[in-house]
Amino acid sequence: MTTTIPAPRSPYARRKTSRSNFELYGWIFMRASGVLLVVLIFGHLFMNLVSGEGISAIDFAFVGGKWASPLWQMWDLLMLWLAMTHGTIGVRTIINDYAERDVTRGVLKVALYTAYTIVVVLGTLVIFTFDPCPTDAPRELLASFCPA
Amino acid sequence: MTATTEETRTSEKAGAIPTFDITLRVRRYLPESTHGEESYWEDHQLTMLATDRVLDALHKIKWETDGSLTFRRSCAHGICGSDAMRINGRNRLACKALLKDLNPGKPITVEPIKGLPVIKDLVVDMEPFFASYREIMPFLITSGNEPSQERLQSAEQRERFDDTTKCILCAACTTSCPVFWTDGQYFGPAAIVNAHRFIFDSRDDGATQRLEILNDKEGVWRCRTAFNCTEACPRGIEVTKAIQEVKRAMITRAF
Repeated sequence: MTTTIPAPRSPYARRKTSRSNFELYGWIFMRASGVLLVVLIFGHLFMNLVSGEGISAIDFAFVGGKWASPLWQMWDLLMLWLAMTHGTIGVRTIINDYAERDVTRGVLKVALYTAYTIVVVLGTLVIFTFDPCPTDAPRELLASFCPA
Repeated sequence: MTATTEETRTSEKAGAIPTFDITLRVRRYLPESTHGEESYWEDHQLTMLATDRVLDALHKIKWETDGSLTFRRSCAHGICGSDAMRINGRNRLACKALLKDLNPGKPITVEPIKGLPVIKDLVVDMEPFFASYREIMPFLITSGNEPSQERLQSAEQRERFDDTTKCILCAACTTSCPVFWTDGQYFGPAAIVNAHRFIFDSRDDGATQRLEILNDKEGVWRCRTAFNCTEACPRGIEVTKAIQEVKRAMITRAF
């Protein structure tokens, strides 16, 4: 009587290794952008909520006024890009850690990168093309400070 | 005559080791039993000496109650690294964990280490662990001609990697790592510790190759500095610190 015992497990094999510095740069980016974001976000919060008239000053005109200045355009652009990239890399890490199946991981990452692209492209577009008083808009939709 | 007997008895009493009753709750996995593929908890009431270790309790079960209980052990003195297990939720060596330190009033849980496939009871398949270890090339790599005498090294040069030479490959660190639990492809702390041992050895010339291997997607950058490994190491190696030093070496190499 012979019983064939099947192999108790599939042999261990590491997947193809990537010989790039991508993970290294990602790791450094997370640290550097984190420090920069602390400055940018607290500067943003201070400008909007504390300085001048404080929180009561925030309205459409306030945002419109800020985006008329190249400094705040660049500030918000940097904040948008860094926050989105920092957050996306962070969520990518979580997906890599917890999504065990290849398909799940792939789907989640595609969704993540799509969301990233849409937000970054739309946000950038808005920061640079924002016009508080578009010329061809009907009068009743315009803000009160717009020239007639 | 009577006095001497009396005296011996009292000295015996004074030198006697106190005993206590414990409940050892062992996680068992016996596919051929009625429990099938499900692992289950099994309680054992034991009377143990105050000087006993978890390994002694396991021996008592195996030798006196249930011979089917399976676990690895070899030297039983904290050097061979065979009997790493999850005791009261923490990775320790069964031969180094004293029962009296584990709150014997409550049931003491003993489970196999996490993240590696369980073969039977407390025995896991260590092959993925050793495969990662082999991949970092844990041997001396040199170039040029063989020296005609020993490869000399100063005390300071030796001190640089002294901590990571203590590793006994018990897998307590790797199987305490939350990243390794969900991603078995991660090299794990033990492989990085053993790479560190050669990367910072002045006699070794293979640092670049090893750093390249660990620069991989599944290499050191997956480390989240959870410090579980440092806490788990029965040899007291500062594992997380070693991993950070390897990361730093990679960053200085890249820039």
